[in-house]
Amino acid sequence: MDINVDVKEIPGKNGVRVVDLNGEIDVYTSPRVKETIGELIDQGHYDLIINLENVRYIDSTGLGVLIGGLKRVREHSGTVSLVCTNPQIKKIFDITGLVKIFGIYDSEASASAAL
Amino acid sequence: MISAKNDPTHNVIELRLPSQAEWVGVARLAIAGIASRLDFGIEDIEDLKLAVAEAYTNCIQHAASDGEVRIECAIHPDKLVIAVHDQGKGFNGAEIAPRKLGEPQERGLGVFLIRTLMDDVSYEVDPRRGTRLTMIKHVRPQQPAQ
Repeated sequence: MDINVDVKEIPGKNGVRVVDLNGEIDVYTSPRVKETIGELIDQGHYDLIINLENVRYIDSTGLGVLIGGLKRVREHSGTVSLVCTNPQIKKIFDITGLVKIFGIYDSEASASAAL
Repeated sequence: MISAKNDPTHNVIELRLPSQAEWVGVARLAIAGIASRLDFGIEDIEDLKLAVAEAYTNCIQHAASDGEVRIECAIHPDKLVIAVHDQGKGFNGAEIAPRKLGEPQERGLGVFLIRTLMDDVSYEVDPRRGTRLTMIKHVRPQQPAQ
């Protein structure tokens, strides 16, 4: 019950950063995700792709971190795109209505192409 | 700590865990194990894990960090009744306004998820003894595999 957080660049997409998450996002692990997203925004990266393909679980604190990040990048006309293929996690975005405010994609490539 | 009480009509399992974030994952695993003893499907087990974790998280956010969270699971043949107690100053989820879907609100998501994922939810708030959130999930007949 932990989370690994990696950040990478996308060749040819200057300024875009991918936050690759692996594990479970809950009240214990979400501060680490929040810190990484906050640092990227502080560095001037306002277009973020959060890859949730390897996330097995997310709760409201994790959703709150993503919403907080989205609010901050929107102040700079940026975007937060999500890569999500896990049906249980997609269901949480559906029932909370967050599918309407995030761009949700099946792959990193499609999220990147949409930027 | 986990304890079990036998009742003529149903079994009761009680977990007492520290009111600290690192223990929420343990509660999730325990609930998944208990729910799998009934005929809950995988999706319902995931719903139960999330609802209990959200209730636990509310306890952590509204109670003292040196306190404990008590999770009581009454196992009936057709339903699981889960009561989550804290020793905090009280948190009444029933007072949280309904969310407007599609709006990027960070607060109130946990209560919304609990209400959505469980069949019945009620709160009892006692300023001296803390808050007790009771959630019920009925066992639904499984669809036969295609």
